[in-house]
Amino acid sequence: MITIRNINKKFGKLSVLNDINLSFKKGQCIALIGPNGCGKTTLIKSILGMVIPNSGLIEFNGKSILGEYLYRENIGYMPQIGRYPDNMTIGQIIEMIKKIRNSNQELDEDLLKAFELEKMFDKQMRTLSGGTTQKVSAVLAFLFNPDVLILDEPTAGLDPLASEILKEKIIREKENGKLILITSHLLSELDDLITEIIFMQEGKVHFHKSIEVIKAETNETKISKAIASILKQKQSKNQNS
Amino acid sequence: MNRIIKIILLDILKNKIVLTYTLILAALSWSSFALEDNSAKGLLTILNVILFTVPLVSVLFSTIYLYNSSEFIELLLSQPVKRRKIWASLFLGLSSSMVFAFMVGAGIPLLINAPNSLGLMMIIIGCLITVIFVALAFLSSILTRDKAKGIGIAIMIWLFFALLFDGIVLFLLFQLSDYPIENFMVGLTALSPIDLARIQILMHLDVSAMMGYTGAIFKDFFGTSSGLVISFLLLCLWAIIPFFISLKKFNQKDL
Amino acid sequence: MRKLIYILLFFCLISNAKTITVGRLYPVKTIKQAIALANDGDIIIVTQGVYKEENIIINKKIKFLGKNFPVLDGQNKAEVLSVAADSVVIKGFKIINSGHAALDDPCGIKVYDRNFVVIENNILDNNFFGIYLQNCKNAVVKNNTIKAYGKQEQLIGNGIHCWKSDNLQIIGNKISGHRDGIYFEFVTQSVIWRNISSYNIRYGLHFMFSNDDSYITNVFKGNGAGVAVMFTKNVKMFNNYFEENWGDSAYGLLLKEISDSYIFNNRFARNTSGIYMEGTSRIKVEKNIFEANGWGMKIQASCMENEIVNNNFLGNTFDISTNGSLVLNTFNSNYWDKYEGYDLNKDGFGDVPYHPLSLFSVLTENNPSSMILFRSFMITLLDKSEKVLPSITPDNFIDNKPLMKSLPL
Repeated sequence: MITIRNINKKFGKLSVLNDINLSFKKGQCIALIGPNGCGKTTLIKSILGMVIPNSGLIEFNGKSILGEYLYRENIGYMPQIGRYPDNMTIGQIIEMIKKIRNSNQELDEDLLKAFELEKMFDKQMRTLSGGTTQKVSAVLAFLFNPDVLILDEPTAGLDPLASEILKEKIIREKENGKLILITSHLLSELDDLITEIIFMQEGKVHFHKSIEVIKAETNETKISKAIASILKQKQSKNQNS
Repeated sequence: MNRIIKIILLDILKNKIVLTYTLILAALSWSSFALEDNSAKGLLTILNVILFTVPLVSVLFSTIYLYNSSEFIELLLSQPVKRRKIWASLFLGLSSSMVFAFMVGAGIPLLINAPNSLGLMMIIIGCLITVIFVALAFLSSILTRDKAKGIGIAIMIWLFFALLFDGIVLFLLFQLSDYPIENFMVGLTALSPIDLARIQILMHLDVSAMMGYTGAIFKDFFGTSSGLVISFLLLCLWAIIPFFISLKKFNQKDL
Repeated sequence: MRKLIYILLFFCLISNAKTITVGRLYPVKTIKQAIALANDGDIIIVTQGVYKEENIIINKKIKFLGKNFPVLDGQNKAEVLSVAADSVVIKGFKIINSGHAALDDPCGIKVYDRNFVVIENNILDNNFFGIYLQNCKNAVVKNNTIKAYGKQEQLIGNGIHCWKSDNLQIIGNKISGHRDGIYFEFVTQSVIWRNISSYNIRYGLHFMFSNDDSYITNVFKGNGAGVAVMFTKNVKMFNNYFEENWGDSAYGLLLKEISDSYIFNNRFARNTSGIYMEGTSRIKVEKNIFEANGWGMKIQASCMENEIVNNNFLGNTFDISTNGSLVLNTFNSNYWDKYEGYDLNKDGFGDVPYHPLSLFSVLTENNPSSMILFRSFMITLLDKSEKVLPSITPDNFIDNKPLMKSLPL
């Protein structure tokens, strides 16, 4: 569904993405993990067309996204820190996005109801807590039933209850055959969700493996532990060499 | 496109700064027309408003508005909307609301108190100056990510065209006073939208003085219909070129 | 009884004066023939028609009257009407197409060294000179319409040209398209009243060496320059309009080497310069309106002892300018719309003196190109600071009692 070929991106002298090659397919739920500043968010923004790579190609359903915008109809994006116009209310924001998308598709208002946002429709964005803002972001990402969901740190800042609601929603969408891309630091949260893991470090893809392979290789049942053991192996290798 | 412009327009018109700007313009214009029995003083006041206040408010407000709507731009960018469309909508929304504010604040008193070619000229020029400085604000805000720097650039642009440029011209005038520089001077004014605007209004406001001496030379260019057309084209270019540079940069910008 | 006889005798004399009618349907067909037949005191009536008789010379004391404006056509060859007798009256003709020669100045009507000539209600069209009074006394030129189509100063004469004359009355004429509308040289004790002189190539009215004249209630509009008064003294200029005299070195009123004159209650509107003064002395400029001129008054440093009192200066680009720093003229009690002072004691006069000379008018005087910066923000700032602390402009160039309200003129 999404193919990334030889992407490079530099911010000034700093190389943020370094020759990235990846491909994502329908029905996958991919976790994009790695230390802070490894280029996860930049990669996501590149897919969304918000960051323009210095070189390389990103294809969505076989077509390059460079200069395109309509493909974004099929993407729901939940940013790490949602930033919205201060003086608009929740209702206005949702209304505005609906107008801009102008789709006659049926809207997916599951999360809207589950988070009980309708009660706060006339609250201004600037008065909202970080968690509530995240809820709005989540609602917007799922609202138009997109084929691809890109979630940047979705559970950060959410209370456990909301976090659980969101997770369930993600699982349901995965089962609907959607491509889901998640970045997260909290590996333990991803256990029952993901099918593949991409580990990035210093702008490079360290590995891209399916969850079964990783578990088999490390003999661990929990993802977090499996990753930890891979990292340990690496470290010891580095020390030995 | 229309949907986005509508959203932006509604947002700006709700803005208290635009409302205050309109009210201040209106208060200035009405009071200066009411003070004197002839319209000359009122026209002078509005001339100064056009050459001084309108550029300042247009460039400053637009720059700040653009920085403040970075979230909005980001939000729109993750939606299926063309980049070009977002930027153009912002430009159209901002310039049309500023023009609207100018028309309500200064245009209506002008139309009522000076319903002649001079009044009409001042309205058209005021609108053009508004659009030009909105375009310059787009340029200054795309040049840097830092809000403080961007506002600084905007103020510098205004200061340059409102004050420094004329200082340079005056300096050149006296340095080169031994040479026949009139044509050169006419060319030089093309480099400042405020000067272009000012001279076009002068041609109507001080027609008697412009007819004499060197004034006649300026009149020979600016006063003719081809000079008028060229001045207006130049003014339009002053709006179009900065905006297109900014549009190009915005298309390449990482958010 | 004797009285009765005198009266009868008087009537006999009158009826003795015969009337000759000229026209296609009358026995006398040409004007020249009629003049030949006429005696002093006769009346010649010319009926409607076109008369192409080249130069007609009136050498008898006759009344020469046109009925329904008969046309006297000079066919671009000669002077149309020459007057060589006293007390001739010329009335109701349309005189066209005098010759155009540079040497002998052909005219529509020319009067040679005569007294008491009356030229009234004629239409003069496309003549080299319109009406020419040479060495005349007590002549009246009244209600004529004089029009020409001159393009260049050298190729056209003046509308009403008066030379070395005395006691003239130039009243109610309309003149346009000539070199000078009205021209006076060595003319004394004369009056110019209620004329409209517009769109002439050089001056609306031109005075040279003509003392003790007055011109009153005339309109001078759109001429190369309005009125030029040169080398003259004792001229009274009342109630005239000087309008839209525009152009490089154009003035409403040009005063050059003139003294002891009085300029009262005129209106100078939309001229490049309202009044331009050079070598002028002892002139009083009172109760005039200077409105929307480029320069209200340009007073050269060679002027002295002039008084500028009780005028209104409204909406001029510059009220006053001068080329020197010497101030020998007085300004008093004028209204300046640019005055920004206050009047605490409410006596109608501003409490701070007004400096009518702006820094920028001095700048443009030195460097005319700087006009391009006019009304720019920087110039406004400079002007304001100069008003507070005069440094370049002479600090005694002031109106000590500026009026707070404009005079009702």
